[in-house]
Amino acid sequence: MTAGLNNYLVLSAVLFSIGLYGALSRKNAVVVLMCVEIMLNAANLSLVAFSRFVTPVALSGQTVAIFSITAAAAEVAVGLAVVIALYRQRGTVDVNDINLLKW
Amino acid sequence: MNSHLLSLIIFLPLAGALLIGTYPRIPAGVVKYAALAFTLSVLALSVILLFRFDRQANGMQFQEIYSWIPALAAYYRLGIDGISLPLVALTSLLSVVAVLMSWKVENRTREFFIWLLVLESSVLGVFCALDLLLFFIFWEVEVVPVYFLISIWGSGDRRHSATKYVLFTLLGSALMLAGIVSLYYSTGSLDMVAIAGSGAAIAQTLLPAVPIFFLLLAGFAVKLPVVPFHSWQPDAYTDAPAAVTVMLAGSLAKMGGYGMIRLCVSIFPEVARRYAPIMLALAVIGIIYGAAIAFRQTNLKRLIAYSSISHMGFVLLGIFALSQTSLVGASLQMVSHGLITALLFCTASIIMDTTGENDIRRLGGLARQMPSTATFFMLAGLGALGLPSTSGFAAEFTTFLGSYSSSEVAGIKVFVLVALLGVLLAAAYVLWTIQRVLFGPVLPVFNDSRDADMRQKTYCGLFVILIFFVGLYPMAVVSIVQNSTAGVIKLLGG
Amino acid sequence: MHIMSIPSALIWAVWLLPLGAFALISPLIRPFPGKAEPASFISIGAVGISFALSLWILASVLQAPDRQIILHGADWLSISGGPVFNFGLLIDPLSAVMLSVVTSVSLMVQVYSRAYMHSDPSYLRYFALISLFTAAMLGLIVSSNLLSTFAFWELVGLSSYLLIGFWFHRPSAVAAAKKAFLVTRIGDVGFLAALLVLYTKTGTLDITALNSPGVLSAISGGVLTWAALGLFLGAMGKSGQFPLHVWLPDAMEGPTPVSALIHAATMVAAGVFLVARMYPLFQAAPHALTVVAIVGAFSAVFAATMGLVMKDIKRVLAYSTISQLGLMMLGIATGGVWVGIFYLFNHAFFKSLLFLGAGSVNHATGTFDLREMGGLRKKIPWTFAFFVLAAVSLSGIWPLAGFFSKEGVLAAALDKQPVLFGFALLTTFLTAFYIFRVVFLVFFGDYRGSHGPHESSRIMLVPMGLLAVPAVASGWLNANGGFEHFLGDGATHGFWSGFIGALAHPLALFSLLAALLGVFSAYTLYIKRWISPDKVKWFLRSPYAIFTRKYGMDELYENIIARNALYRGVFQAADWTDRVVIGGASAGIASLTTGAGRVLRRFQTGQIQLYAVAAVLGMTAIVLIALVRG
Repeated sequence: MTAGLNNYLVLSAVLFSIGLYGALSRKNAVVVLMCVEIMLNAANLSLVAFSRFVTPVALSGQTVAIFSITAAAAEVAVGLAVVIALYRQRGTVDVNDINLLKW
Repeated sequence: MNSHLLSLIIFLPLAGALLIGTYPRIPAGVVKYAALAFTLSVLALSVILLFRFDRQANGMQFQEIYSWIPALAAYYRLGIDGISLPLVALTSLLSVVAVLMSWKVENRTREFFIWLLVLESSVLGVFCALDLLLFFIFWEVEVVPVYFLISIWGSGDRRHSATKYVLFTLLGSALMLAGIVSLYYSTGSLDMVAIAGSGAAIAQTLLPAVPIFFLLLAGFAVKLPVVPFHSWQPDAYTDAPAAVTVMLAGSLAKMGGYGMIRLCVSIFPEVARRYAPIMLALAVIGIIYGAAIAFRQTNLKRLIAYSSISHMGFVLLGIFALSQTSLVGASLQMVSHGLITALLFCTASIIMDTTGENDIRRLGGLARQMPSTATFFMLAGLGALGLPSTSGFAAEFTTFLGSYSSSEVAGIKVFVLVALLGVLLAAAYVLWTIQRVLFGPVLPVFNDSRDADMRQKTYCGLFVILIFFVGLYPMAVVSIVQNSTAGVIKLLGG
Repeated sequence: MHIMSIPSALIWAVWLLPLGAFALISPLIRPFPGKAEPASFISIGAVGISFALSLWILASVLQAPDRQIILHGADWLSISGGPVFNFGLLIDPLSAVMLSVVTSVSLMVQVYSRAYMHSDPSYLRYFALISLFTAAMLGLIVSSNLLSTFAFWELVGLSSYLLIGFWFHRPSAVAAAKKAFLVTRIGDVGFLAALLVLYTKTGTLDITALNSPGVLSAISGGVLTWAALGLFLGAMGKSGQFPLHVWLPDAMEGPTPVSALIHAATMVAAGVFLVARMYPLFQAAPHALTVVAIVGAFSAVFAATMGLVMKDIKRVLAYSTISQLGLMMLGIATGGVWVGIFYLFNHAFFKSLLFLGAGSVNHATGTFDLREMGGLRKKIPWTFAFFVLAAVSLSGIWPLAGFFSKEGVLAAALDKQPVLFGFALLTTFLTAFYIFRVVFLVFFGDYRGSHGPHESSRIMLVPMGLLAVPAVASGWLNANGGFEHFLGDGATHGFWSGFIGALAHPLALFSLLAALLGVFSAYTLYIKRWISPDKVKWFLRSPYAIFTRKYGMDELYENIIARNALYRGVFQAADWTDRVVIGGASAGIASLTTGAGRVLRRFQTGQIQLYAVAAVLGMTAIVLIALVRG
């Protein structure tokens, strides 16, 4: 049995939910960042899956996914740099302690 | 038709601001001269405009039309008629004076003049723009320089006053924007003249005409200001640096009156006629109310600010009396008030600078110590109380006459007769102020007060000449204005 | 005798010359405040030429067709689809007479001032302002349009303001100047309202047009009455008629020659002139004319009573002026233009002479207080002689000028308003009494002051002497109805029957009796002291108190109305509204906004994950709603 579009989409949804749960609940900023990456990859997966099953000839979904991966890489680089800077500044990467942006 | 005179006039000050801004090493002394040169050349161009303006023609002149945002049918559309031309000339004159008055600004000189020039550009833009979007942009831009000018170089509770100014203006202009947008969706056009001419605004509108009228009016009412939307005005006039007060009172307030004629009355003549009694009542209230409060003021600038509210009431009276003569009177009053109030603020600032005192109760006897300033102050005061031979009389009399004989609004005679009391009250507070500030025994405290210097005498003298010129020969202004106001009256179907 | 008709350029010159003098002198004020005495010649020269031209005009107007010369000037205002106002000149017998009065008195006063103001540091400013005043007054007289009349009317008020407050370092002078301007401006508001009414009804403010029967009949009676009353309100302000008389006594704070020129002979007469100018209009509004008569007669008695008790010589004269102006109003209202104007004409000379005399007395004694004078008859004989002549003339005693004009008013009043005739007769008595009280207190008895009195210089005495001639003789012009005929009132009243014949009329005997009774009473009280003035004062203490307190009118205006009802009442209420209600509303909205922000910002915890949860929940909700609603 070959995997159909639904299987990919379910996998993508599961990955997305895991990532979302992690991003909302984990305290470590690095882990939060990793969870965001998981969500992104879930989105990439569904892009590729749609492309494969809906328009098999055109590779538009795959192209977008590659762009997205590139952007994600850049984002991680910036995100990690922010986290490192934060760590140097405040000695912690706990997101609960990073709440300067309030009233 | 496509002479670029108007664009040049509008953007020359902005270019000056950019020039000063991009060369940070220019010394402060040079900045002043640069600002003076730019404002003077704008003034020269306005004078050319005055001479090249065809007084016999109807409609807009010196038009410039370029497509700007085709999707919105927005055009870069400029043009002036007899109603806006005097205001353009007035603004460019007052800008020169504002630069001269700021000759002694020491603190952040460069920035000061940059903002002053930006202010001039935006105000001139308001008077020249014929596209609603363009008009609105210029209208909004003006807030920025004023905010900085008051909050950085002002006095007293300057940040508070500046913020109050911004909030009031923005509230008014937000409502005005809503009005402009509704008007745009109703007519599909942003061309002020075409909308007014087609009468389309009445025919089929998204919102009924009445709410659009009042939305537009809100912005202008705040600016004029119409009582009870005036509470920003005394604060701003009092705390702003003298040059900015002159611009605010002399020029920016006129944006309100201009907008009312150009948009409210021209586009919605029927609504204007229906609600004229309300506006006239507000006008008369403003005339009496401003004058009454002026009596109670102890701060010299604040007193002039309230007198200004009273005098702008005459503009409102003239506009909503909806007759040819009354509109001419309102236009005259805008010019006249611009000159007279500017001179009042100029001389008041000379007095306050040299004596270091702004409390009327502690001033006195200055006619001996600073005779020239005293003379100028008195002459301005005589203009403010509407003495014949000054522009104040020409304007007020024309307004009264036009309003009283107007057949458009029922019961207007009563309003005018009450407004006549404003002239009496003006005489009382002006003479009382003169008595307290200039006359009486000489106070030794002010013995080292310096009289106006050559530079100050020059611009005060210029104002005096213009006040008497317009007063003795009002046709100089009337001949420019009358065809355009007649056009507005034609829209009324009268 | 045929006189060459005056060229129109010279008619313009009559009022432009003093204006030119003003323009020439005023730039000199700053550099040479008190030194450039010769500059006063500019002013005197200008008014001198104007005087000569006025006489020429007087002669020319007689020969002009319809006795009118109308010159069109420039349009001051002409709005397409709106009003057109032409500034032109209207010369008729009325304005010609007024021109000669104003220029002659102004000339005399200016010559006199050269000596009187000699040591004043603001000598030049004085002459500049006098010239400005003269120009404005002459402009008022000759203008052919009510609008320009109004404009000059206000300019006259301005120069009066500046001259009353000439010594602006004196708080009392400045206060008096302000009071004068404001009280007259109350009247001016009425004037302005009348202009609006008249223009709206007729579409013109041209005097000749407004006075024509065709135009007048187009206005309904009620409106016309209101318009006439508005004009009269203006006249009341300028001519100090009750209840707008309060400024005139205070105006005596100005230099005395100014009082002689402005507050006796010319500006205050402008109100009378206005009524005369618009007489056909008033005639068409008989109710208004009745009001004029009543106000005039009342003011005459009212002011005369206050004149009885004043201790300041100039104030007596000021109240006398109000009283006399009242009689002029009464005269115009009952007898027509010539009666009032003839009175104005005579009054201008003897009253300005009285003021110049008072100035001369002041020069001699250094005071205006009657209590510090006395016995000056010997010390300043010339002043004494001139003053007494003027006083006799004012009292209306035959054969001096005042007699003839007073008879005109009395006869007219008796004819039309018998009750008001009683007022006028009473005024005659009071006038004679108070002016001779002054004469006796100043020139008779013993000197009570400390200053060493000396006669004034010739520069002051000569103009006084020249004024004494018309003060004595100007009345004779109408001994045979000549003046009356000149003003064009048509048939002469039967009353006039020559210089001596006038005496034969019983009315003349009555009025002479009243005047002589007044003189005699003053003689009894102040010379012979058969009855001590103090005893009379005690006996009549309650009216005396009312008179000295000026019927409480100053108190009413300054304290009750201006200070309490307005400044502490209405204006304060407005100010309170502005600060508390309107200011409070804007502050309230502001604090409402910040208050809302203070509460709502609590949601902004800074916990990024909380925001994310909210976003997810929100999105879920949107999706669910979309699903449910299909």
